[in-house]
Amino acid sequence: MSIGKDDVNKISRLAAISVSEQEVDQVADKLSNILDLFAQMQAVNTDGIEPMSHPLDQVQRLREDVITENNHRDKYQKIAPSAEGGMYLVPQVIE
Amino acid sequence: MTWEVVIGLEIHAQLNTNTKIFSGSSIAYGAEPNTQANLLDLGMPGQLPVLNKAVLPKAIRFGLAVGATIGRKSVFDRKNYFYPDLPKGYQTSQFSYPIVDKGGFLEIEVDGEIKKIGITRAHLEEDAGKSVHDAFPGQTGIDLNRAGTPLLEIVSEPDMRSAQEAVAYARKMHELVQYLGICDGNMQEGSFRVDSNVSIHKPGTPFGTRAELKNINSFKFIEQAIEFEIARQIEILESGGKVVQETRLYDSEKNETRSMRAKEEANDYRYFPCPDLLPVVVTDEDIEAIRAEMPELPSAKRARYVFEFGLSDYDASFLTGSRAMAEYFEAVVSHSKDAKMSANWVMGELSKSLNQQGIDINESPVSAEALAGLLARIQDNTISGKIAKQVFDAMWNQEGSADEIIAAKGLKQITDSSAIEALVDEVLAANAAQVEAYRNGQDKMFGYFVGQVMKVSQGQANPGQVNEILKRKLS
Repeated sequence: MSIGKDDVNKISRLAAISVSEQEVDQVADKLSNILDLFAQMQAVNTDGIEPMSHPLDQVQRLREDVITENNHRDKYQKIAPSAEGGMYLVPQVIE
Repeated sequence: MTWEVVIGLEIHAQLNTNTKIFSGSSIAYGAEPNTQANLLDLGMPGQLPVLNKAVLPKAIRFGLAVGATIGRKSVFDRKNYFYPDLPKGYQTSQFSYPIVDKGGFLEIEVDGEIKKIGITRAHLEEDAGKSVHDAFPGQTGIDLNRAGTPLLEIVSEPDMRSAQEAVAYARKMHELVQYLGICDGNMQEGSFRVDSNVSIHKPGTPFGTRAELKNINSFKFIEQAIEFEIARQIEILESGGKVVQETRLYDSEKNETRSMRAKEEANDYRYFPCPDLLPVVVTDEDIEAIRAEMPELPSAKRARYVFEFGLSDYDASFLTGSRAMAEYFEAVVSHSKDAKMSANWVMGELSKSLNQQGIDINESPVSAEALAGLLARIQDNTISGKIAKQVFDAMWNQEGSADEIIAAKGLKQITDSSAIEALVDEVLAANAAQVEAYRNGQDKMFGYFVGQVMKVSQGQANPGQVNEILKRKLS
C-alpha cells in the first residue's frame, strides 16, 4: 500500500503539522512503510479472536464521584501566553 | 411527487454528576471562568484520565429505559479535531463500542398517532469548553470549566418525517432523562442540547444530503428552525441546486438558518481507541442491580394514575408532565387520600400561581405538605372550597400555614345551625319583596337568597346547611 503526496498533505492538514514540499516524499515513504508493516500483520489468521482495544488485557478502574480538585487558575494562567478576566485568550476564531 | 422530510436527532444530555467524566473537578454551573479546570481539563501533557464511577449506572439506566442492548464491554475512542475549546486536540468519546448499543426506541404521539422512533445508540463522552467571541477585540476567550463535563449523546434513527415529530421526540426524551434522574434537563444552561439532521428526498429514492442544525435551546425554536430548513432545501432542489452538507445555525430573531461551517473535511475525525483508557466492562449483576433501582417511567405512572387514582387521561398526563410535578402530586395525595381533589388543586390554583410567577414546582412557596394541610380543612368542613382559595392565596404570600391563616383571618366555616338560621332569618326579613316573588313561583329567587346568606356570613356559612335551612324556611 502506498501513500501519495496528496495523502500526506491531507493528513498533515488534519493533524495541523506542517510538512514542507521537500519533506513530502520522505514522509510519504515512511507512512507507506508503516502501512506495509500492518499489511504484513493483516495476513495472520485471527478468525475467532476478539479484537482488543488496548494492549493490556485489563478493565478500566473507576473513580468515586467526589470533587478532589481545587482552583489553581492563577498558577495556570501565569504560564499561558495570554489570559484576561479569567479567560484564556487565543487568536480570534471565526465561526 | 412531493418531498419527504427525513430527520434524525442527536441529543446531548449532561449527566448530573458532581465531577467531570475523567477528572475530580466540579461541574457546578455558573462558576467563575476556569476555576473548575484542572491540569487534565486543560489538556496538559502527562495527565491521565480516570473514569467517574457515577456515569455508568446513569447511562445504563437510560439504555434499559429505552429497551436497548447494554454494551458489556464499551471502549473510549479519540475523536480528533482542532478547536481552542478542546485543548487536547481530541474529544474522548465512544465510537465502535458504545455503552448503549442498538435496539432502543421511544414512542411518540403526534396528532393522536403513535409512532416508534428508533434509537441507534447512546455513548458517553466529554463536553468541550466554551468560546467567548465578542468580549475581546481580535481574540477569543476560552473558559474550560465545561470541558470534561459528562455527556450522554443519544443518537436517533432518521425516523422522523416532520418538525412536529422531531419536537415530540425531543420533548419525550427531555421528560425521560429527567424522570430517570440522570440529567437536570435545563436547556437554558445547556444541560440538554438538541442537534437536528434534516434532509429531504422523493420517497423511494436514496436520502438527500443533510444539514445539521445545532445549539437550539428551546423546543419552539427547534420546530421553527426545522420548518425553515425544510423550506430552504425544497427551494434549492426545485430550482436545480444542490444541498451542501454543513452545520447551520438558527437565528431566532430572523427565523432563519445560516451556514456555520462546511463539513467536508471536518468529518474526518480519525477515531481510534484511547490508549489512556481501558475497556469498561459491565456485568449481568451490575445491570440487574441498576434495573432493580429504576424509577417508575412516565408511561407507567400515567397508567397507574388512571387505574389507581381514577383520574382522566388528561389529568394523568398533566400530572406526570414532569417528575417534580408527579412527586408533588403524590405527596399531596399521600396526606389527603383524595386523588381527584388533590389533582384539581395541583392543576388548578397551584399551577395557575406557578405560571403567573413563571416558576417551577420545585420553587413553589406552598409545599405539598402545606397544600395537603389546606385540603384537610376543606375535608373536615372547617372551610368551604371558595374560602380555601382565599387561604391558598395567603399561603402563597407566605402568610403562614392553612390553620394559622384560617385562625388569624377568622375564616372558619359557620356550621352551627342556629347561627346559620339567624343569618337566614335576617336575609329573609330584609328581602320581603323577593320572598313574596319566590312564593309566587319565581323559583330562581332561591339562588339569590343563598347568595345573600353567604354574603352576610362573609362566605363562611356552610353552603350545604344554608341550602337546607333556606328550603325549610321557605316551604
